[in-house]
Amino acid sequence: MAMSNDSPSVAVAADPGSTRSFGGVAARSRATLNEPRISCRNLDFFYGDNQALKGITLDFPDRQVTGMIGPSGCGKSTLLRVLNRMYSLYPGQRATGEVILDGENILSDKVDLNFLRSRVGMVFQKPTPFPMTIYENISFGVKLHEKLGKREMDERVEWSLRRAAIWDEAKDRLHTNAMGLSGGQQQRLCIARTIAVKPEVILFDEPTSALDPISTLKIEELIDELKRDFTIVIVTHNMQQAARCADQVAFFFLGELIEVSPAAELFTRPKHPKTQEYITGRFS
Amino acid sequence: MADALSAPTLRRPATALARRRKRMDRLIGLFAYASTAIGLFFLGWLLVTLIGRGAAAFDVTIFTKSTAPPGSGGGLLNAMVGTLIQTVLGTAIGAPIGLLVGTYLAEYARNSVLGNTVRFVSDILLSAPSILIGLFVYQLIVINTGGFSGWAGVVALAIIVIPVVVRTTEDMLRLIPDTLREAAIGLGSPKWVMIRFVCYRAAMQGIITGVLLAVARIAGETAPLLFTSLGNLNWSTDLNEAMPSLPITIYQYAASPYDDWIALAWVGALIITVAVLAINIVARYLIRTEPSRK
Repeated sequence: MAMSNDSPSVAVAADPGSTRSFGGVAARSRATLNEPRISCRNLDFFYGDNQALKGITLDFPDRQVTGMIGPSGCGKSTLLRVLNRMYSLYPGQRATGEVILDGENILSDKVDLNFLRSRVGMVFQKPTPFPMTIYENISFGVKLHEKLGKREMDERVEWSLRRAAIWDEAKDRLHTNAMGLSGGQQQRLCIARTIAVKPEVILFDEPTSALDPISTLKIEELIDELKRDFTIVIVTHNMQQAARCADQVAFFFLGELIEVSPAAELFTRPKHPKTQEYITGRFS
Repeated sequence: MADALSAPTLRRPATALARRRKRMDRLIGLFAYASTAIGLFFLGWLLVTLIGRGAAAFDVTIFTKSTAPPGSGGGLLNAMVGTLIQTVLGTAIGAPIGLLVGTYLAEYARNSVLGNTVRFVSDILLSAPSILIGLFVYQLIVINTGGFSGWAGVVALAIIVIPVVVRTTEDMLRLIPDTLREAAIGLGSPKWVMIRFVCYRAAMQGIITGVLLAVARIAGETAPLLFTSLGNLNWSTDLNEAMPSLPITIYQYAASPYDDWIALAWVGALIITVAVLAINIVARYLIRTEPSRK
């Protein structure tokens, strides 16, 4: 996968003087975006007195991949942690504005956070397998939300491991400690664990930055396959990765959303000079 | 410099400064070795004496007979059973309390004023002289219930166990990276499920080690039992009565004028030392096997 089938490598067209192609990788050419599954409206976020997000208004299209890029500290990971209310774990962090998921403002105090997190799953930068067997890693999340018999649970475990493309490697060692898997396998296990709960949205926080290139490729292929069923948001420092995976890309800078466009457009015809500077590597 | 380039060498010129540093290095090394040797010498002396005297008087009847008057060939059975009962019960009461307090400190009260206060008080308790704890329980239980009892001893030992387990539990839980907690929360797990099924599992070996170290500590405690379970020359497993224990028996026998009692005190000391050593070895083994599973 990695390259979309119908587009060859393209040059960064917005800068006529430049003939460099974007890392030799084509951005997805499809420009049509689906209806939004999540919508942020005038979202502000604060770490204590420090404002980390400023008036973000952004739609995440249903069953497509939104990539969020920008330099360190730009607020992209913060936004990701708003979408499943992870920030609520930490006193002193707060968000104002609206984040609408299926017609409901998830920033409201009335939201059942455990239920919200079953609908909005998250995969982290470093693989985080629990200190238990592979099977228990998967069943842990499922048991929180559903009562399944042993057969159904077996089926769910196999289904999620297959979807995460790790069934072949894991099927003979389901009842051994998950810590014995390699880093890339652990990350796919974490993806399996997330989809086993059957969420609507999956958040990926730099999911491949701790992995080798082959494991990275597998995860990227997986993301491409998962978007048939799940709405995906991925934070990445790697612009080639954003170009390969994302349908829509949002560029953040100093807590503000500078530009959001279909991936092909943002990487080939960026509207904002800041975006242009960032994707051509002129500042970090 | 050009010479250095043409003839590269790792040998540095022996300046006065370099020679002085080398001498200082040797001197510090000498001090370190000498200090270690002195420490090991006394430890070795102690162990050799203990094993020599203890093994000389060792007899199977020590495990089959209770303490008896001088000259009548008694053993240490009642003292060992008494220590076993009080240690097990003291741990059974103190360890769960310590576990919960440690959990509170690590998971619920990281930077709160109450948490910091509890941690401070627990650390003071950790280093409090154990005879103070004995006197406290004497005031609290022995006087109010009208007599020395096994239960009073158990409570005193439990109070010693609590701060040890609090500290190790909190330390072990703090070693768990927050990303693991977020991973559990991110699946929609309530906090207690995260603690019970993820954090405790990740920290289990460390927590068990802490409990074992607490057991090793109280198994040899004498001072807190002097004012609580008192000791008992007869066979007794009734926790409402004064109860025998190995450290108290050693304390009484070693100070007595009778040769056979003094010999028994050596055997008792050897038994406690070997038991505590065994517990420590198990605890260390558990600590060491932890990283390999991560």
